[in-house]
Amino acid sequence: MCLAIPGRIVEISPEPWGLAMVEVSGVRRKIDIGLLQDDPPQVGDWVLIHVGFALNKISEKDAAEQMRVLEMLGENEAAIEEVSGYGSGESAEP
Amino acid sequence: MKFVDEFRAPELITRAAQEIRRLADPRRTYRMMEICGGHTYAIYRFGLRDLLPPNIELIHGPGCPVCVLPMGRIDDGLSLTLRPDVIFTAFGDMMRVPGTKGSPLEYKARGADVRIVYSPADALKLAIANPERQVVFFAIGFETTAPSTALTLMRARAAGVGNFFVFCNHVTIIPALHAILDSPGLQLDAFIGPGHVSTVIGCRPYEWIAAQARKPIVISGFEPLDLLESVAMVLRQLKAGRAEVENQYKRAVPWDGNRAALKAMGDVFATRPDFEWRGLGWIPQSALCLRESYATFDAERHFRMPGIRAADPPAAQCGEVLKGMLQPAQCRLFGRECTPEQPVGALMVSSEGSCAAVYNHEHHRAALDAG
Repeated sequence: MCLAIPGRIVEISPEPWGLAMVEVSGVRRKIDIGLLQDDPPQVGDWVLIHVGFALNKISEKDAAEQMRVLEMLGENEAAIEEVSGYGSGESAEP
Repeated sequence: MKFVDEFRAPELITRAAQEIRRLADPRRTYRMMEICGGHTYAIYRFGLRDLLPPNIELIHGPGCPVCVLPMGRIDDGLSLTLRPDVIFTAFGDMMRVPGTKGSPLEYKARGADVRIVYSPADALKLAIANPERQVVFFAIGFETTAPSTALTLMRARAAGVGNFFVFCNHVTIIPALHAILDSPGLQLDAFIGPGHVSTVIGCRPYEWIAAQARKPIVISGFEPLDLLESVAMVLRQLKAGRAEVENQYKRAVPWDGNRAALKAMGDVFATRPDFEWRGLGWIPQSALCLRESYATFDAERHFRMPGIRAADPPAAQCGEVLKGMLQPAQCRLFGRECTPEQPVGALMVSSEGSCAAVYNHEHHRAALDAG
């Protein structure tokens, strides 16, 4: 649960809710960036994502390393499944 | 040392392991607790224990949210599924955790409306999409997760959603560390601090450990090199007689944490006077509940919750393992009655639980040896 997922911001949503589109290994989903309101991310920034919320901004290099850690841990597929599930509110069995 | 070849920078790993051997005094033992379940998982999956000298013992800490949740709280949450108007939502991690009458998944198989969500925001979406139903989100997690629940509740209030309820089981790490340091018979020399919890709370809350308990604490990242560097940083502190908070994971952990996240938590949550932790017992001010201003979203106030107290199966030794007094494989049930396929205790359910981490590592290794 505490292995956060790196993603790149590809679009900031216009509505006042603090949402953004991120891309994680080719999967695009909306996440909440409200926890970064003190230093809002811009398009192209990398963030660490946890349960659908961006926790902090990281560098591109650190994002690549974080994804590699997930791969080494055998957690990359689960991470992409998690990201794919954002916004559904319903999903397949574990 | 089979695992080393997979690493990104094997020469750096080898050098870090050599540095640890150089720093560790062979005449004594070192007992370090890695607080975070993600670290426990990484340590086993990377085979890092093989790189450490035998006199460095890693003790697995309480930082696995599903592992520390008492069975009664699971029963309480699941009791709501008996109401036909309720949609019960939880993270996938919770689905196989046994309550006394089955896991959420088993309740679902028996016809309850139990759904997996990957984000509290999606539970809120379900509520908006199903105004005739009552949507309950079973909230678990440390400070990594609590801000997301807080922000979701702020969104729910702003949108005037009346059918969304949070069953709040969020816990906080610092009081648990107090409890561990106070437990008799536990000898610890230092802590490896959690990475992503610290992204939110920063480094300052750990300063008392250093100052009062005279224990070094090093906040660590999750890569093999991060963890080895953190062990070396602990050893350097011990060697120099220092007890300080150090931040190895600077690339993700600001010293002051994430202030917006802390503010969201503070706006939405109050501290409970006490809360029961599986294996650790009742710990004062160790968990969060919804503030009065969010009372209408509080599942514990909206529904009549039975307040179930359920003892763990007496043969299971989860408590001793959680406190670091027993290694997982020393439990009577480990690998026999209790396996990841048929878990008795929660430590065997979550991949971040130390029992599951040890079990899966041993099987992985047996398969390698056999191959």
